[in-house]
Amino acid sequence: MGGLYVNRTRLILVALVVVLACALPFVLSSYRVFQFNMVLVYAIVLLGLNMLTGFNGQISLGHGAFYAIGAYVAAVLMDHWGVPYWVTVPVAGVICFIAGFLFGLPALRLHGHYLALATFALGISMPQILKYKGLEEWTGGVQGIVILKPEAPFGLNISQDQWLYLFTLIIALVMFWLAWNLLRGRIGRAMVAIRDHPIAAEAMGIDVAAVKTLTFGVSALYAGVGGALGAIVVQFVAPDSFVALVSITFLIGIVIGGLASISGVIYGALFIQFVPNIADEISKAAPWAVYGLFLLAFIFLAPAGIAGFVRALWARLTTGSTRKKRAAQTQET
Amino acid sequence: MEAFLHQVFSGLANGAIYASLALALVMIYQSTHHINFAQGELAMFSTYLAWAMINAGLPYWAAFGLTVVASFFIGLIIERAIVRRVADAPVLTVVVVFIALLVILNSVTGWIFTYTIKVFPSPFPEEPLFGPYISSHEAGVVGVSIFVLVTLFLFFRFTPLGLAMRATAENAVSSRLAGIRTGWMLALGWGIAAAIGAIAGMMVAPIVYLDPNMMSGILLYAIAAALMGGIDSPLGAVIGGLTVGVLENIMGAYVVGTELKLTVALVVIIGVLIFKPTGLFGRSFVTRV
Amino acid sequence: MPILEVSGLCAGYGASDVLHDVSFSVEQGGITTILGANGAGKTTVLRALCGMLRSARGSIVLDQVQVNGKATESIVRLGVGHVPDGRGTFMNLTTEENLRVGAMTRRDKAAVAADFERVFSYFPRLKERRHQQAGTLSGGEQQMLAISRALMLNPRLLLLDEPSFGLAPLVVQDIFRIMRTINEVQKVAILLVEQNASLALDLASTAYILETGRVVMSGPAHELREAESVRKSYLGY
Ligand SMILES: Nc1ncnc2c1ncn2[C@@H]1O[C@H](COP(=O)(O)OP(=O)(O)OP(=O)(O)O)[C@@H](O)[C@H]1O
Ligand SMILES: [Mg+2]
Repeated sequence: MGGLYVNRTRLILVALVVVLACALPFVLSSYRVFQFNMVLVYAIVLLGLNMLTGFNGQISLGHGAFYAIGAYVAAVLMDHWGVPYWVTVPVAGVICFIAGFLFGLPALRLHGHYLALATFALGISMPQILKYKGLEEWTGGVQGIVILKPEAPFGLNISQDQWLYLFTLIIALVMFWLAWNLLRGRIGRAMVAIRDHPIAAEAMGIDVAAVKTLTFGVSALYAGVGGALGAIVVQFVAPDSFVALVSITFLIGIVIGGLASISGVIYGALFIQFVPNIADEISKAAPWAVYGLFLLAFIFLAPAGIAGFVRALWARLTTGSTRKKRAAQTQET
Repeated sequence: MEAFLHQVFSGLANGAIYASLALALVMIYQSTHHINFAQGELAMFSTYLAWAMINAGLPYWAAFGLTVVASFFIGLIIERAIVRRVADAPVLTVVVVFIALLVILNSVTGWIFTYTIKVFPSPFPEEPLFGPYISSHEAGVVGVSIFVLVTLFLFFRFTPLGLAMRATAENAVSSRLAGIRTGWMLALGWGIAAAIGAIAGMMVAPIVYLDPNMMSGILLYAIAAALMGGIDSPLGAVIGGLTVGVLENIMGAYVVGTELKLTVALVVIIGVLIFKPTGLFGRSFVTRV
Repeated sequence: MPILEVSGLCAGYGASDVLHDVSFSVEQGGITTILGANGAGKTTVLRALCGMLRSARGSIVLDQVQVNGKATESIVRLGVGHVPDGRGTFMNLTTEENLRVGAMTRRDKAAVAADFERVFSYFPRLKERRHQQAGTLSGGEQQMLAISRALMLNPRLLLLDEPSFGLAPLVVQDIFRIMRTINEVQKVAILLVEQNASLALDLASTAYILETGRVVMSGPAHELREAESVRKSYLGY
């Protein structure tokens, strides 16, 4: 299901998932709605990270930093200037795009381990930057910022949680649609070519530098949009919500969901939202141990992630060799 | 002036710790071109082992020695069991495996020992023995680090095993053609790196207190140190470590304030990677396209 | 009784094989040469012998021990000195350290010391450069070092991959003279892979011709030297 082509079955499936997603807030308790809301937020962030790391091969261990920037932009705008919540989301996206683009410029010269190192450092130092006294007036320092939950507009007779969920869902659908278009087009093919055959890509006339920095920017934009939505949903931002482990959580999400797979980010988001909750009941530390073990298990046994499983299952269920062939062909996408 | 000297000396003490951990990173980088993101957590776990032994009534130095030995074997086992499986894997796979190790070590420690912050003893006396600018613990840290560095230097320079490890790090194929069991040399390298990390952890714990997240900042400084010196240069790691230690303290005290110290490391890391990727003493900057 | 007996060797680097059903042998204390043009598969043969190619199939018997599938270091420890393609110098170690690496598996200290003197007598230049970083040695010196490193193993069988490659004719003659000494005095069997057919056929007693991964001709060296086709393609007259 992770491919980028269209056919009828696929369209029906996507429509079914969308309808289901729309129905969710009307059948679940408000706490569950909050949880699924976070799934949507994570899915947006993971989609961005997967473009960068999965499709383009640039490893980021610091996407939590862009997520944090997005969250703070939203919080500061709302808290300080009374900007409406729905305006903050695109603003956070644009600011993160610029931040990501700027970070992507020097990152151009870094490959593999070195890029991982640089982003890792960014992820670790982010909370300190957010606590910085000089910025306290805006960021609220260690205390962070509390945000009010928005009401449903147009006199809609639904709860705040339900509205926020639907709001996030609409944005998520737009973001997925944009990503899908980007990835299946010329730029998407260039991204994959750069990941797999950087030298050949250069020789083919692809502007490697431009594509890579652009990918970094777009990826950060997704993280920023996710961050802004996350801040609004959680109603609170504070430096300690953006420790280095957040970045690692995102990496876990794309590896387990499926690298370089669009549908994979949904599985990944479900995983990072719900698995810790289940493991939490064992011990406070358990989720991370579970994460770590899952990570090892997937990287060794199922490097294509959950999306890979689903694809294999799908290929087996649907008879007819054309689909099987296609599923095999789109393994990487 | 006095305050400044104090900053310099305590910077050197911190720097000695960064230097040790940086050396551990360099050892693993030299032989496999991997950057071990779990090096800090490994050191943290070792320090907890020491804490448990001391708590069980063992004298400090006995616990210290046992911890170093135990850490050596833990490093060895991790290499044999996990790391060697990804020796030829794409960088992303390797990074993910190290991140998994980081996360597992962190959470297992939290699981076993809880996340409450613990006091870790220093083996050195309370009263300053070496004048007003440096505490006894800081002086002790410098002493222990010098001892570790000299021991390692002698080991690598003058023993056949040390030579075999250097040969393996430089050219594994030729080493195998000389009959060297390179797989074991790599495992040994991991063992030694883990042992060095354990010492760094036990030296820093009395300063930063013991908690499962204590090493993340320190690892960042060690990475900055290793890169500054040149990621494949042991001498560079030591000089880089001391430089970063002093720089951190001076910047913290006089320029950016203590709250942004980590950002200093971030700036050093990104600055070195962009402007002088071979560092001060590095021989080659291997880009893996 | 051959010290090395290879039969039906197939090997390659990826999906397809480079060597097809290659068979040859080296006599105890003898010198065998394998000749072939660029890309014929000579280096591949030596790599397969030393367990460096996972794809290698067929039978490789070293002094009655089947060595297929063994790790490189285990095969080497049976007494195989390999002077690899490209010389495999440890650039950052000194000349002496390079030699000590060669002797790494040996415990007989006195004999190692004697071998140090022996290789220094073969190649006095190396003695002069003893404490110099090996990366700074010239190409010829590095070739001498590679041969010496292999000799420090105290091998029974020496595999040499184009020792003449890229060297001045005088240096090449020197090296071939010393190979003969090594063979005659130390009784080390030699498998020499070469493009320089004239020199190789002078040195060896048995020769094989490899073309695109297949043995196309074999026999006593002096007979091959006379063969019309060998003269035309490999000796150039
Ligand atoms: N590491 C490798 N990976 C893939 N193919 C290889 C590798 N090494 C050699 N080959 C291929 O195997 C074939 C035989 O190569 P080999 O190096 O054995 O030739 P050779 O006879 O030693 O040539 P030369 O005289 O140039 O050294 C060639 O076609 C070469 O391209
Ligand atoms: Mg060759």
